[in-house]
Amino acid sequence: MKKAAWMAGCALALSILGAAGAQAETTLRIMWYSDGNEGEVMNDLLRRFEDKNKDVKVVLDQVPFKAINETLPVQLASGQGPDLARITDMGGLAPYLMDIRPHVKDAAYWEQNYGPFLQWMRVPGNSTAIPGYMTQLTVTGPFVNKTLFEQAGIAMPGANATWEDWAKAAKAVADKVQAPFPVAFDRSGHRFFGLAVSQGAQMAEAGGALKPVDDGFKRAAKLVVDWHKSGVMSKELWGAVSGTAYRGANEEFKNAQVVFYESGSWQTAQFDKTIGDAFDWIAVPTPCGPANCSGMPGGAALVALKTSSHPAEVGRLLDYLASEEVAAEFYARTLFVPGHIGLAKKGIAYKSASPQAAAALKVFGDAVGKLDPVAYRIQGDPSSRIVFNAAISRLGQVVVGETTLDDAYQRISADVAQQIAERKKKQ
Amino acid sequence: MTDTMRSHGEPARGPSAAAAAVTTGGANALMRLTDPPMRAVQRLIGAARMPYVFLLPNLVFFGLFVFLPIGINIVFSVTGGTALFPAERPYVGAEHYARLLDCGSYLEAASCREDLFWRGVGNTLTFTVFQMVAMVLFSLITALVLNRPIRGRGFFRAVYFFPVLLSPVVVALIWKWILQRDGLLNAVLTTAGGEKILFFVDPGWAMFWSVFVSVWAHMGFYTLILLAGLQAIPRDVYEAAEMDGTRPWRVFHRITLPLLWPNLLVVLVLVLIRSVQVFDEVFVLTGGGPGTATMMVVQYIYTTAFANQVQNFGLAGAASVLLGVVLFVLTLIQLFLTRRRAS
Repeated sequence: MKKAAWMAGCALALSILGAAGAQAETTLRIMWYSDGNEGEVMNDLLRRFEDKNKDVKVVLDQVPFKAINETLPVQLASGQGPDLARITDMGGLAPYLMDIRPHVKDAAYWEQNYGPFLQWMRVPGNSTAIPGYMTQLTVTGPFVNKTLFEQAGIAMPGANATWEDWAKAAKAVADKVQAPFPVAFDRSGHRFFGLAVSQGAQMAEAGGALKPVDDGFKRAAKLVVDWHKSGVMSKELWGAVSGTAYRGANEEFKNAQVVFYESGSWQTAQFDKTIGDAFDWIAVPTPCGPANCSGMPGGAALVALKTSSHPAEVGRLLDYLASEEVAAEFYARTLFVPGHIGLAKKGIAYKSASPQAAAALKVFGDAVGKLDPVAYRIQGDPSSRIVFNAAISRLGQVVVGETTLDDAYQRISADVAQQIAERKKKQ
Repeated sequence: MTDTMRSHGEPARGPSAAAAAVTTGGANALMRLTDPPMRAVQRLIGAARMPYVFLLPNLVFFGLFVFLPIGINIVFSVTGGTALFPAERPYVGAEHYARLLDCGSYLEAASCREDLFWRGVGNTLTFTVFQMVAMVLFSLITALVLNRPIRGRGFFRAVYFFPVLLSPVVVALIWKWILQRDGLLNAVLTTAGGEKILFFVDPGWAMFWSVFVSVWAHMGFYTLILLAGLQAIPRDVYEAAEMDGTRPWRVFHRITLPLLWPNLLVVLVLVLIRSVQVFDEVFVLTGGGPGTATMMVVQYIYTTAFANQVQNFGLAGAASVLLGVVLFVLTLIQLFLTRRRAS
């Protein structure tokens, strides 16, 4: 009896050990931030991947966007970090991104469908690396509170309206309905350049050298400062915080306090979910400036990081997520503009989108086609974020009267030059 | 006599006595366990060196978590580039210090090469002056009131101390909700027929509320120090003054204030050091704005090292060293004053 019990015990222990051995897994960690429901959708897709790949477990670490911008670069610089991360500063983090080309099944598929955006993730001089794929392509553009226009009895500016037309109309509406924010821009250099590109900003000299402040930049900066002086823009966004701090006006827009909100396509899902039928909102094409009617492209990419010690598994995971079928589901459920050329051509069926959200996504989809090449070049420039940050920091000071525009231009150029010089210092 | 004995000599009974016995037993067992190795060490190095053995754990802790980071910070301040490991950073000498100290006039931040650092210095000075005056004044008044035999004294002592227990971030968020455009205070103002005030857009208001919130959050701690000082003043001094018919203001001026001075000094120095280091509350409350009106030195260091796209650890390290020197001088002053008092 005793012997039988011993044997049974040993058998049980062996079976447990065997099962554990069979389950031996590679764990991949993804550092992820969410604007809307994309974390939830990604988790669904990852569980399906795990079902098909029993040897890989994927943990989605959801963090605030600030952690992606501030903590991740320090981790990567110290040689630590997750296996993958969802990032927006592709040029800045390019040196830390892993080339998964040897680990993907069909590199040509990647080039064909993600090619134009892969260049944003590559270090200058490299034209072959495959570091990841775009989880969303974004394009800056305005949202308008249509109900406020109706209540004010003022007609919305038509197609090809200028920034000045919209500012004038939004101020008239706000005055009539007592809205505190006639025009609101996210406090972000990227959004500012949405305006600046239409004013002719190039961010480069004829020879291609970086030139942060040019005539187009100055026209846009003057518009922003004048709008703050005349009450078209409230100081609560650009003036209320210091330095490079980001401040969005999405909460104010959702509370019907903003008439015209310059933000971008990524806000569509959360507006669709949270505004509901509280008021009518629409996305409108980017207003025109003297140079063009272009906004700024952008987006978020899920990238492989050099800190990963499981490149093969990372490649397998990215191959799965970037596949047409899976990517299509992700874009459709998150209401994101696709960063996949093939899907963009075919069109995404946003089944869960309300008519308002679907219309907004159509506007942003069309805007992608109207983006100026300069806007793409600026977005892909590894120094663009340095310029964006310097611009927002110094223009914020002008808005509250701490400094003048001329001083700000000098400081922006000096800040950018100093940071680039610091970046170039090597042992 | 141990705690287990009642005052009249009887052994204590009940759960507390049992717990005390267990504690004493545990302590004895621990001593029996550590005694042989300690004796061996003492035989080896001699009794005179034994204090160093007892200091060693603390020294290791301080060395690893205080002195080593200070050393690394100094290394960062004389090296450049964006690499994180000191060995990968090129030596730049005093370049960062020269940049920080390059000013046309130290009284005008705009004339400085690193104007944001000097704006931070100016804001920190303003904050420190107002914060010190307000903190000492309100802590003293509160301590004087709580030292009187008022009804519900225990309750009020707890109420004033409660904010000290809260996280600075929580404190700042609570006040942010109160002060924002659609916050509680503006709701009260508009209900009373007034206009909304955008507290975070006006530099004066933003600095006022930064000081106010900081005083509100930390006053309880300093009140406690002053209350302890007040309670240590012998009652018979006051009784003698009362018998002499001394007026209350004169009692405060001639008895309370001089006898409370050692505690006041501690409070002054602690408030001063904390004010110079201020970051979390103000950063969460105002974000350093409007413009740079409430951007303190520590926020400048944080932004330079972490929030900018090019993380300039060298410049931030140099600013940290300069701030450290200021704090070191303040600490020396505290030590000097404390020792002078003691002698």
